[in-house]
Amino acid sequence: MRIEVAHLARIEGHANLVVDAVSGELKECRLEIVESPRFFEGLLKGRHYSDVAPIIARICGVCSNSHTLVSLAATERALGIPISRQTRNLRRLLAYGEILQSHILQLYFMAVPDYLGVPSIFPLARSRRDLVSRALRLKKLANDICNVVGGRPVHPVTPCVGGFSALPQASALQGLRRQLVQALPDLEETVELFSSLPVPEFERETEYLSLGGGSDYPIFGDSIVSSDGICAPVAEYAATIEEYLVPHSTAKFARATRESYMVGPLARARNAFARLSPMARQVAAAMGLSASATNPYHSLLARLVEVIHCVEEAIHLIDAVLLAGLREEALRTPEGGGEGAAAIEAPRGTLFHAYGYDEKGCIETADCVIPTAQNLANIEADLRALVPSLLGLPEAELTRRLEMLVRAYDPCISCSTHLLKVEFV
Amino acid sequence: MKPRIGFFDFTGCEGCQLTVLNLEEEFLELLELVEIVEFREVMSGAAESLDIAFVEGSICRPQEVERLKAIRARSKTLVALGACADTAGVNALGHFRDLQQMRREIYGGDAPQLLTEPPRPLQAWVQVDHRVPGCPIDGREFLAVLQALLMGRPPELPSYSLCVECKLAELPCTFERDQVCLGPVTRAGCKALCIEAGDRCRGCRGVIDNPRSDPYYRILEEHGLCAEDILQELRTFNVLGKGKQCASK
Repeated sequence: MRIEVAHLARIEGHANLVVDAVSGELKECRLEIVESPRFFEGLLKGRHYSDVAPIIARICGVCSNSHTLVSLAATERALGIPISRQTRNLRRLLAYGEILQSHILQLYFMAVPDYLGVPSIFPLARSRRDLVSRALRLKKLANDICNVVGGRPVHPVTPCVGGFSALPQASALQGLRRQLVQALPDLEETVELFSSLPVPEFERETEYLSLGGGSDYPIFGDSIVSSDGICAPVAEYAATIEEYLVPHSTAKFARATRESYMVGPLARARNAFARLSPMARQVAAAMGLSASATNPYHSLLARLVEVIHCVEEAIHLIDAVLLAGLREEALRTPEGGGEGAAAIEAPRGTLFHAYGYDEKGCIETADCVIPTAQNLANIEADLRALVPSLLGLPEAELTRRLEMLVRAYDPCISCSTHLLKVEFV
Repeated sequence: MKPRIGFFDFTGCEGCQLTVLNLEEEFLELLELVEIVEFREVMSGAAESLDIAFVEGSICRPQEVERLKAIRARSKTLVALGACADTAGVNALGHFRDLQQMRREIYGGDAPQLLTEPPRPLQAWVQVDHRVPGCPIDGREFLAVLQALLMGRPPELPSYSLCVECKLAELPCTFERDQVCLGPVTRAGCKALCIEAGDRCRGCRGVIDNPRSDPYYRILEEHGLCAEDILQELRTFNVLGKGKQCASK
């Protein structure tokens, strides 16, 4: 039996799934990344620091805010630019907005159709109008956060090196706060919906890697931690994570302690379970998600738990920003060059950017390590472990189960083909 | 029967398709007017024929050319969705670097799966009937283009420059901050969103049909900027930009 799914649907970017089994024995199993490489780091060469974030954000429309935020942080570290508490808070709010935007899109538009047996969410617009309206309301809330803080949902315009080129209006933040509180019934119904979906059983323990978030659930962080005991500064990411090229992929694969590891919502939830918001912990308990979950399909549940966490935390964050009062801050012009690395927990996992700038503030070296690329080896390992137990199933059902596994990781292929190290000579 | 429309993507970030999905309530209404028959990012399955194909991304591999031609062959109307499809967008920055050298720098060699051509817009390979410019597209403009197509008339894009919208919004001129702004030569339609956000216009919507470059160069010179500055700026989204020699260099 040979299964080939060209251009997997309901994921971001282009990947093929190839499974080859002969009389019950698995011969071949791989996720081919067929998206064209875009050499993004190469395109940055010689660009001024003020252009770097707007260009690198174009790696990905779904996580453009994360790329922007981590790019700014890496540039600020390289050029020695401090940022204020206000900037830190607003950037965190924007990060929450993007995690919400991306997670809600994945949960409702990419995952739900699998469980309800439809090719997409569109046919549900008639049969399950309530569900589709709710999905769109929640997505709009996430987009509104990005709009108010970042200027638009895709490829933000206000975040810049040193802070923000324009601040949100206090009234707009108050409006967001109201919307966030009003979203709670929609979240309850979302939890109810996902609790009723039959998440497939499959256990495979692996290494779970995320940022160590200090006292907060990780979004920004200075250290990399893993379930296998990694605890390293972000600046040493290149020595902690090994990237390597495989023939069937235009994205590099990665490994840390073992042959593969996982990043993303499940890894974060496992590593920082106690730091989830009270409501998020409650939802996790209700849905049966624990700090020791080893079922990769539970990424779905972890994603929803993070949605709850982000909504609850965003409310507190807006209160903190409004209480402190918004004030215009002058942007500092840096002098000289330097090197710096930074990391963020993007919706799909830990994202690293590192830059080297020359004396004029123009890019000499650039490196991005993308969450999906870090997950690819782990997805393949999961597929290899899962396929033998499913070989008795009809081909269509087997294919569906494998596609669901890939989708559980919410892979972002556009991103993962633009990673990689560049050393300009 | 409802018009059958589809969304396709090539080399790009899928941010334009996401902008379509971000129309939220209008998107729901859209489903009443058209039948979405293909949209890989959020839907399984493929369609044999389409009335309108919206295509995102640039073309940089022979396999992509084939797939694009096949989409063209089964679509009555083909619309370039966003800068990457329309002008090659930021992907076109690759034209200024040696691809083989970049492969070596980034991947350490010329592995066969990495071989690509310099990214090109759709119209380098197939007939493009209409376009929605921008990086990302403007959701309202997408709706306007679709509305025109559904009503059977050709969609129109603004033919004037961004400066018009910027002045109507009473925003201070970016040049007064001593920054290069591509507003004077860039197609309007975004309501000067970036300038309102305190940034400058980087020209993602492409150059207007008849840019008056001489007065523009005068403005640049008045602000002490040279052709190299403006070329660098044009290259972010408009590789077609040709500059005068910079006197100071």
